[in-house]
Amino acid sequence: MTDLSLSDQAIAGKTAPSGEARALRLPTQWLGVAPFFIFAIMFLILPTLYLMLGAFQNDAGEFTLENIAALAQPSIVAAYWISIKVSLASALIGAFAGLAIAIAIVRGGLPDWIRSATLTFSGVASNFAGVPLAFAFLATLGRLGLATVILNTVFGLNIYAHGFNILSFWGLTLTYIYFQIPLMVVIIVPAIDGLKKEWGEAAATLGATTAQYWRMVVIPVIWPSFLGTVILLFANAFGAIATAYALTGSSLNIVPILLYAQIRGDVLHNAHLGYAIAFGMIVITGLANVFYIWFRTRSERWLK
Amino acid sequence: MKGGRFWAWVVFILGAAYFFIPLIATVEFSMRMRRGAYSFDAYQIVLGDARFQATFLYSVVAAIFTIILGVLIVVPAAYWIRLRLPQIRPIVEFITLLPLVIPAIVIVFGYIRMYGSNSPLPFLASDMGTNALLVVGYATLALPYMYRAVDTGLRTIDVRTLTEAAQILGAGWGTIITRVILPNVLIAVLSGAFLTFAIVIGEFTMASLLNRPAFGPYLQNIGANRAYEPAALAIIAFVITWGCMSLIQILSRFAPRSSNRPN
Repeated sequence: MTDLSLSDQAIAGKTAPSGEARALRLPTQWLGVAPFFIFAIMFLILPTLYLMLGAFQNDAGEFTLENIAALAQPSIVAAYWISIKVSLASALIGAFAGLAIAIAIVRGGLPDWIRSATLTFSGVASNFAGVPLAFAFLATLGRLGLATVILNTVFGLNIYAHGFNILSFWGLTLTYIYFQIPLMVVIIVPAIDGLKKEWGEAAATLGATTAQYWRMVVIPVIWPSFLGTVILLFANAFGAIATAYALTGSSLNIVPILLYAQIRGDVLHNAHLGYAIAFGMIVITGLANVFYIWFRTRSERWLK
Repeated sequence: MKGGRFWAWVVFILGAAYFFIPLIATVEFSMRMRRGAYSFDAYQIVLGDARFQATFLYSVVAAIFTIILGVLIVVPAAYWIRLRLPQIRPIVEFITLLPLVIPAIVIVFGYIRMYGSNSPLPFLASDMGTNALLVVGYATLALPYMYRAVDTGLRTIDVRTLTEAAQILGAGWGTIITRVILPNVLIAVLSGAFLTFAIVIGEFTMASLLNRPAFGPYLQNIGANRAYEPAALAIIAFVITWGCMSLIQILSRFAPRSSNRPN
């Protein structure tokens, strides 16, 4: 592999010719990647830039900060706040539960088939999102759902009488965890696999207890990829709309649902405010990803 | 380590309970349609519904076009970067990650504003144009997965030697890509294709905002208006996702492990 990439570089260096030949050869050089770049610019970068610029313009096309300032109105702030809360709660709960499951199946001494079965199932469950997931949770924890009914008839616990509602913050969080945990498992298992056996042996040789080994070796090594994945899960939940929309209709006012209503029917009566909401979403997921990349480069130092 | 194993079992069983209870509950709920007895009535009604068939077919066709578009964009680019332009790899990897950063609803919002009927490129002026825009949008959603799958596939073959051998035999670039490179990364491409299928088949946001008669908006509509059919649809969707993931797993067994294999 090293050999191959070396020769790649050598050739690449050679094919950057000097003088007249350069002007002629450059276009063919880029021809192979041209469809990719044209596609990315037309359908990914320009539409996003269009919205981001629109967020700073008024109807006459002049530069303004009014749209951004208008985000401060209570209903929009509330939408961002509940979105951030749901995303953060589902990311944190999903991350810790996923980490526990990953450690259990990799290091817990469980039979091998459990590990492979869990990984396969995680691949499926992390992609089982959107509208069908909402249906599944309505059938489970809705007013007539199996879990609700069994808790009520067998254990005498009426969760709806105790204030639980599937169409609420905790209902949505509990539903999001269904794809957050498996995503965490899929991403973090390779990181735990990357913990070298030698480190455990070295720690034991130096007289470390199991607790010390975990505290001073395992946690510091896993920490960056763990935090990175938390942020990825956060962004994952923040942009999601289908599950929430199918679950709660528009009764839970999260940002993507607000933006959805705005695109459909201009509920805010200001097209440029819609751009500003989209801009705010990009800023939040963008910031999250900057941190993600930072944590990932840190974790790659240890885990090859 | 005895205690460790006990806790591992506890964690595993709790996790399994959280993941299986909703599935069991959904199956149970989907069979409750007939009073007093379990039946498959909900499934019969759903599968017999003309709108189910039409929207499902629409989404399958959209998924197939998405896969074709994705392959056409990603395979030449990933191949060319490995062969000639390794220096732009970081830029391309960054772009392929953008769909994970920019929410789908924002991307489609941009399309609606940029490609409306009065724009220079009026995709939304016609039905076919809107269909094309939906496929394009799906291809952006699938881009991170497709690129990663193809790039992993290319890593396991010796791109340079294959290309040079084909060139010595007189092949042009089109022949090299379609008859040498593509068959060699076919398994990787298929993995990406099934993942794309799983993502696209029930997609709601883009299809709904572009007003396409796709499976996702149909699901949402049934969910808002019916009691037992949604549960049956959820099980059907789960089975489809499961099928796609199983196919990927089966395919990965046939994938070459390294470029040094003698055959």
